[in-house]
Amino acid sequence: MMKELQLPWLEFAILIPLVGSLAVMFVRDPETALKRTLVICALAFVCTAGAWLDFGRMHVFEAHDHWNFISRWFGEDSVVVDELNAPLLPLAALLYLLTVVSTLRTKVRRFPFAWILFSEAVLLATLSCRAQWGVIVLLALQAVPPFFEMRERGRSTRVFTLHMGLFIALLAGGWAMIDVEGPKSEHSIWAISMLIAAILIRSGSVPVHCWMTDLFENATFSTALLYVTPMARAYAAVRLVLPISPDWALQSIAIVSLITAVYAAGMALVQREARRFFAYLFLSNSSLVLVGLEMATPIGLTGGLCVWLSIGMSLAGFGLTLRALESRTGRMSLEKYHGLYEHMPGLAAFFLLTGLASIGFPGTVGFVGAELLAEGAVGVYPVVGMLVVFAGALNGIAVLHAYFRLFTGTEHRSSISLRARWPEKIAVLTLSLLIIGGGLVPQPGVQSRYHAATEIIARRHVAPSRPREHQAAQAGASSTSLPIRKPYDT
Amino acid sequence: MHYNVIMQAFGICVVVCPTLLLAVLGLTSLLGRPLSERSVISCTHAMVLIGLLAAVGMLGLMLATDDRIVEIQIGNWVGIEAEHFHFHVKFIFDRLSIPFVILTYVLCGTIGAFTSRYLHRDKGFNRFCVFLAFFMLGMVVSSLAGTIEVLFLGWELVGLSSALLVAFFQQRLNPVRNGLRVWSVYRIADAAFLIAALTLHHLTGGGDFTGLMGTEAWPEGHATVTANQALFVGLLLLLAAAGKSALVPFSGWLPRAMEGPTPSIAVFYGALSVHLGAFLLMRVSPLFALSMTLRMAVISLGLISALYAAITARVQTDVKSALAFASLTQVGIIVVEIGLGLYYIALIHMIGHACLRTLQLLRAPTLLRDYNMLENAIGDHLPQGNRLLKSRLPEASREWSSWLYVLASERGYLDGAIDAFVVHPFRTVFRWCDGRERRWTDLLSGGESRVSDQLDAQPEMMD
Repeated sequence: MMKELQLPWLEFAILIPLVGSLAVMFVRDPETALKRTLVICALAFVCTAGAWLDFGRMHVFEAHDHWNFISRWFGEDSVVVDELNAPLLPLAALLYLLTVVSTLRTKVRRFPFAWILFSEAVLLATLSCRAQWGVIVLLALQAVPPFFEMRERGRSTRVFTLHMGLFIALLAGGWAMIDVEGPKSEHSIWAISMLIAAILIRSGSVPVHCWMTDLFENATFSTALLYVTPMARAYAAVRLVLPISPDWALQSIAIVSLITAVYAAGMALVQREARRFFAYLFLSNSSLVLVGLEMATPIGLTGGLCVWLSIGMSLAGFGLTLRALESRTGRMSLEKYHGLYEHMPGLAAFFLLTGLASIGFPGTVGFVGAELLAEGAVGVYPVVGMLVVFAGALNGIAVLHAYFRLFTGTEHRSSISLRARWPEKIAVLTLSLLIIGGGLVPQPGVQSRYHAATEIIARRHVAPSRPREHQAAQAGASSTSLPIRKPYDT
Repeated sequence: MHYNVIMQAFGICVVVCPTLLLAVLGLTSLLGRPLSERSVISCTHAMVLIGLLAAVGMLGLMLATDDRIVEIQIGNWVGIEAEHFHFHVKFIFDRLSIPFVILTYVLCGTIGAFTSRYLHRDKGFNRFCVFLAFFMLGMVVSSLAGTIEVLFLGWELVGLSSALLVAFFQQRLNPVRNGLRVWSVYRIADAAFLIAALTLHHLTGGGDFTGLMGTEAWPEGHATVTANQALFVGLLLLLAAAGKSALVPFSGWLPRAMEGPTPSIAVFYGALSVHLGAFLLMRVSPLFALSMTLRMAVISLGLISALYAAITARVQTDVKSALAFASLTQVGIIVVEIGLGLYYIALIHMIGHACLRTLQLLRAPTLLRDYNMLENAIGDHLPQGNRLLKSRLPEASREWSSWLYVLASERGYLDGAIDAFVVHPFRTVFRWCDGRERRWTDLLSGGESRVSDQLDAQPEMMD
């Protein structure tokens, strides 16, 4: 019997932005819309943080909401908090909140408030959902806001639509085959291959990665940022692929992700424009997350989950800084030096901090995760481990290259003040605190990710539609060598 | 027991001082409320003085109690017990680390005092001091590291502060380009270091130096790995050391680093940072006893670097570059000494060289004035070198020397070779891929797919 949270935190977290998007849609005054969106995002964040704290207090592996009214319609697994998603939910809500907070008044007229709130609701629903079909439908829904936004902007949506359409078709088709095959220890190669292909497309793996750079080219920075940084594709990989896939399937994903990580790191170094650079940098780092997740060893998986959180925080901050620069000077070329440091030293420092955190620099939140990931990779395949380190080295060069291009090299002359505004400072300081705090005190985060990792491994090769008791029995049997459940025995 | 407690307190104090300094300077800068110049100087002086006194106190107590090694156990920073994964934080005070940490404090203190006048009222003063604090923490942590992970942590801090200080005069193009060059070499070296650290973790089950090199005090440890393992790990660490200490083939970044402000050049490339690679080799010296091939590789690399730098230094046209290559010559010789197993000589050589080179580099901006004073004092010109020997050389040797001159003035074509064989092919391949991607997205979009191509046509929105 799954335990209950004290309040329906998750349902509130999903419904507040969903209802809020309807409420904001009809507000004509952008200032009012901004204020209301801020309040809604803050409430959603409070609910997700409440769910996380409440769940942490219970010392169980999984729990559901108090009244659980959504689950009555969509099934028990439709809204669940567990070791995997407990920190991901507040992180996702925080990213939305900070994106809205750091939106300058000069930009509010073009900011898609209703779509942002809708996408937040869908994302939080995805991250709280464990039912496979639910995850698939919600992942499909996530693609809707960027699609409509690009259309409204008069940009071509063909690259995005083609990739996302293929992703949804393969994911739904693959899972339909899994369902038809029923519970068995090994599913057909076609079903597994379709799922793998779907995950690789959504992850932006080489050679099906162009939709991501296209999204950054054609959508607003905030929409593109919020579509990719919470890494819902990694969530899909853990929920849909990891539990049922044989080792060869996981290895294929890990190898393709590794190639993507190195390729994207190299591409980041030759980009001529800041947004494209960010897209490749993100692609490289997020591919490393998949490498860790698909290694399916406790250390590798723990590393992958840690890097997932650290990348989410650091690259979201990095993206927000780039967005702040863009809102002042327009799209930024990396072919010339901009020399913006003197005008915005705080943003420059934050740009460097978040960039370094993303590559796992010591003292930042990414350090231990990157170490664990490389450690896990070296343990499984020594050459793979070296490539992980190599990709990290290239990303490090790319980060400083971009820093120097944007903030140094010349004297930028401006007739108006370009300094960071208070809302931006709040966003910057919040993320800085998390990045440095998580870097200095990493043990709680690592311990929590380790528990999640061991549970995920224990549930591997358990057929998805079997009764829960049977799953638990098998998980226990398959993890006899792993002392994972002790603190959570309920 | 009583002495032990005092030594533990001293040990913690040595590490805490630069940490506190960085926390104060870094956080106030990040919050947009930097301290005044006077406060920055006071903080720096106070922390350096307390840290130095603690280090000297530790040395005194160790001499008095005849302890050759004192370990400060901070505990597990991160630990996953079930997987036997630990990130253990431990600091070691021994015959290698104590002199190096005292040297760090003395030179950083000197540089701090020098900077208070050299960069007085410079708008980058606070930034310089933050980077110096980063550097000092990195050096102290690297010097005292008791595990390879802690050493890596300090190593990275030194690398970052080094690259950012090369680009200190950031409104000019060359310092920035050179800063990126330095960082790129460091990242490759760091990657080698990280792989070596991970390999050692797997071989010995942890990154603790005592597990790796035995429990004996430096330099009498015995490595606990096989000869082949020692060769593999040793070569990776040699690569890391070569990057950090600008040994061949990475020497090209050293003269480029002279773009930074004089105080940082003195402490980084004359004194401490440039010796960090040699320090790493000394720390893992028991590995060399296991593999003659590794030992020969260390000696060869040191010898080649020393010869290369000695020749190149003679044709440099500016004093800082000449001093940079002179430094490299000595570092090469130090590496040879390490390869030969002369660890104490290498340590003494390193300390002496660091102090001399700091003095020379700090005096470099006033070199002409110093020469003028000397010539006034002796009432004649200073000697200009031995031209007689050159005129008596046979014709063939003159041709040879001309070739050598060109080679030296081009700094051995090392930078050119790296550009031609690494940077250019890399850039060509990825630009080609970028072009293919453009064609692919254009095809899918049914037209121009990259808005960013029209970037130059976009006016700045607010200016």
